Amino acid sequence: MSAILDVQNLVKKYGDFTAVNGITFDIKEGEVFSLLGPNGAGKTTTLSMLSTLYIPTSGDATIGGHSITKNPMAVKQVIGVVPQELALYEDLTARENLIFWGQMYGLSGKPLSSRVDEVLEQIGLTDKAKNRVRTYSGGMKRRVNIGVGLLHKPRLLFMDEPTVGIDPQSRRAILDTVKDLNQQGMTVLYTTHYMEEAQELSDRVGIIDHGELIALGTQKELTQQVGHTETLILHIAESDDPEALANSLKDLHDVLEANVTDHEVSIITPDAEDILASVVSKANERGIKIRSIDIREPNLEAVFLHLTGRALRD
Amino acid sequence: MFRDRAALTFMLLAPFLLTIGMGFVTGRFSGGSSGLSDIPVIIVNLDHEQLGDALADTFSSQELADLMEPSASSDPAAARRLIDEDQAAAVVIIPEGFTRSIIPAEGTLFDPNYVEPEPVKIEVYANPSRPTSAGVVKAIVDEFVSRLEEGRTSGMTSITQLTLSGLLDPQQVESEARQLFDNVGQSESPAITLKKNQEGAAAVEFDILAYMAPGMALMFLMYTVSYGGRSILAERSQGTLPRLLISPTSTSQVLGGKVLGIFFMGLAQVGILILASSIFFGVQWGDAIGLVVLILAAVFGATGWGMLITALSRTPGQVANVGSAIMLIFGILGGSFINLEQMPAAIRIFSKITPNAWGLDGFTTLALGGTLPSLMEPIAALLIMGALLFGIAVFVFNRNGIMQK
Repeated sequence: MSAILDVQNLVKKYGDFTAVNGITFDIKEGEVFSLLGPNGAGKTTTLSMLSTLYIPTSGDATIGGHSITKNPMAVKQVIGVVPQELALYEDLTARENLIFWGQMYGLSGKPLSSRVDEVLEQIGLTDKAKNRVRTYSGGMKRRVNIGVGLLHKPRLLFMDEPTVGIDPQSRRAILDTVKDLNQQGMTVLYTTHYMEEAQELSDRVGIIDHGELIALGTQKELTQQVGHTETLILHIAESDDPEALANSLKDLHDVLEANVTDHEVSIITPDAEDILASVVSKANERGIKIRSIDIREPNLEAVFLHLTGRALRD
Repeated sequence: MFRDRAALTFMLLAPFLLTIGMGFVTGRFSGGSSGLSDIPVIIVNLDHEQLGDALADTFSSQELADLMEPSASSDPAAARRLIDEDQAAAVVIIPEGFTRSIIPAEGTLFDPNYVEPEPVKIEVYANPSRPTSAGVVKAIVDEFVSRLEEGRTSGMTSITQLTLSGLLDPQQVESEARQLFDNVGQSESPAITLKKNQEGAAAVEFDILAYMAPGMALMFLMYTVSYGGRSILAERSQGTLPRLLISPTSTSQVLGGKVLGIFFMGLAQVGILILASSIFFGVQWGDAIGLVVLILAAVFGATGWGMLITALSRTPGQVANVGSAIMLIFGILGGSFINLEQMPAAIRIFSKITPNAWGLDGFTTLALGGTLPSLMEPIAALLIMGALLFGIAVFVFNRNGIMQK
C-alpha cells in the first residue's frame, strides 16, 4: 500500500514553547492510524498543521502527494476534518448545516442534495434532519459534526478526539461509524487519549507525548516493546503514601518498574501472580491498606507507562 | 444574523422611529422650523444697482428673517478672511455691473453701437466647515439667479411676440422692456421658502428630515457593521471559522465574504430606511445617482470601522460593547443628533474621522440640490477611510492570529 500521508520532521513552536517537536510518520492508504497521547501532548496541533489550519514552524507533510505548505488548497480537497470541538451553526437544521458545508466544498444542486441524504442516513439522523442543531443531544451534534467531514467523500479523514464528552451509546455509534468508513476504503487518522479506542480501531498507533512521537507501530509491535510483562495495579487508600510503597517494591525480585499515578501503584513484572504475595506483605509491613488489585496483560496503556513512567490520563 | 429578529428590528426599526421622534421634536410634522437658524452670511454688494440691491434685500427679507443673519461688507477680501476664520457660513459677493449685465442702460437697448457687457458672476465663498448653512446660502443665490433668468427669458419672448404680431409699436418696445426688467428684480413671491413650496414657484426646500433620516441611518449603520464584524469572532468561538478555513476556500475569500456580507447588510439597512422615509414622509433625497454612490461610499467607510472594531476585539461581547459605544460617540461627533455647525471648530475637525460626518455632508449637499460631481469630496473621503481602515484591520487580524494560520 502507498502512503497517503507522509509527515517529515514537523515542528510547531509558539515563542519558546514547542508544541510539536519534529514528528515523522506515514499513513498507508486504507489504514486507521491513531495518534494516542494524553491531553496537551500535541495531537490537535499536529492535526491542525496537517489540515492546513496552522503553518508548521518547520518540516512538511504530503497528503495525496500534495505538500501542506506548498499546495494547501489541493490538500484541502483530499482531506475531511472532524474537529474536536463542535463546529456547526446551531440555529440551522442538520440538513441546512450539511448543505452549507457541502457548498463550501464545491457541491451543488442535485449531487449535493443526494449526498446530504446519504450522509444523514449514514449518521442516523434522517428523521431529525429538519430539527435545529440547537435542539440536539451532545451525541447527535457529534454525529452531525462527523457528517460534515464526510460530505465530499474525502480520501483521508482526520478525527480529533470525536468521542470526548459524550455518552457511551453515542461513543459506541461513533466507533462503529469509523469502522464502517474504513471498511468502505476511507483512510482515517484518529486522535484520542483513550487507549481502548486506539486498540479497537487502529491498524497502527503513534504514541505522542510532549510534542514528540515516542513510539510507532502495530499494537503487537508496541506491546513487544514492553516485553513479556504484566502490569499489577494496586489501588491504595487515599490516606496512605503510594510513593513510599512504590520505592519499597522496587527492591523486590522480578519487579521491573513501580510507578505511581494518583493513588495507584503500577508494577511491571514478568509474572504478576508470582510477586503478588510479596507485594501484599510489603504493603502490610508499611501499614498501607490495599483496596483492590488488577492484573493487566500488556496493552497500549502499559506501553505508555513503560515509555513515560506516567499513565495516559495524567 | 438574519435569524436574529431582535437585531434586525433594532437595525431597521430603531433609526426609523428615532427619525420620526426627532421629526416631532423639531416640528417637522407640525410645520415648525428646519432646525437651522440665524445663518451668518456676509453680503458684499459691489453692484449698488437694482438687481444687486434686490439680492441683498432677499437675505434680509421677512421670509428669511429667522433663517438668515446677514451683515454687509464692502471689502471682498476682508469678508473672505472672516470666512477663513469661521466667523460666518458664506460670503455672497455681488460684482460691480451685475445689474447692467442683465438690464442695459437707458437708451442703449436699440443702439446699433451697443456692446453687450461681459457676463459677471455672483460669488458664493462658502465655509467648508459649515456645509449645510453654506449650502442654504448657495441655494438662495441659485434660486434668485434662476428666477432672474426665467423672468428675463419669458419677458423677452413676450415682447418679441407682441412686436412681431403688431400689437406693440417698435417705439414702445424699449419702455416696455425696461418696465419688464424693472419687475424682474421685484418679484412679489418670495424667492426662497423653507418647508413649503409656493404654488407656481420652484422654491428651494431644505427638509430637516433629509438631514435627520440619514443622520439616524448612518448612526445605526455603525451598529450594523460592528454587529456584522462580531460574527467573525462568534464564528471563531463556535469553531466554524477554523472549519471554514480548512475547507477549500482561501483566507481572503473567507474574510472577503464576511466583509461583503457586512457591506450588503449595511447597504440594505440604509436603502430600506431611505426608501421608507421617502414613501412615508415624502423626504426628497435629491439626485438619484449621487444618492446611490454616496450610500455605497458611506457603507464602505462604515464597514471599514466595523472591521477595525472586530480586529481590535477579543470576543463577540467586546465587539458588541465597543460597537455600541462607537455608534453613540460617532453619532454625536458626526452630527447625527446635533448639527455639526453648532459645535466648536475642534469637534468639527475631529468629526472628520467619522463616516457619519462625511455621509451627512454628502446627504445635505444632495438635499440642497447637489449632484454627483459636488459629492466628490465626501465620497473620496469615505472611500479612503474604508480602504485605510480595512487595511489596518487585516494587519491587526494577522497580528492577532484571528484569520492567520
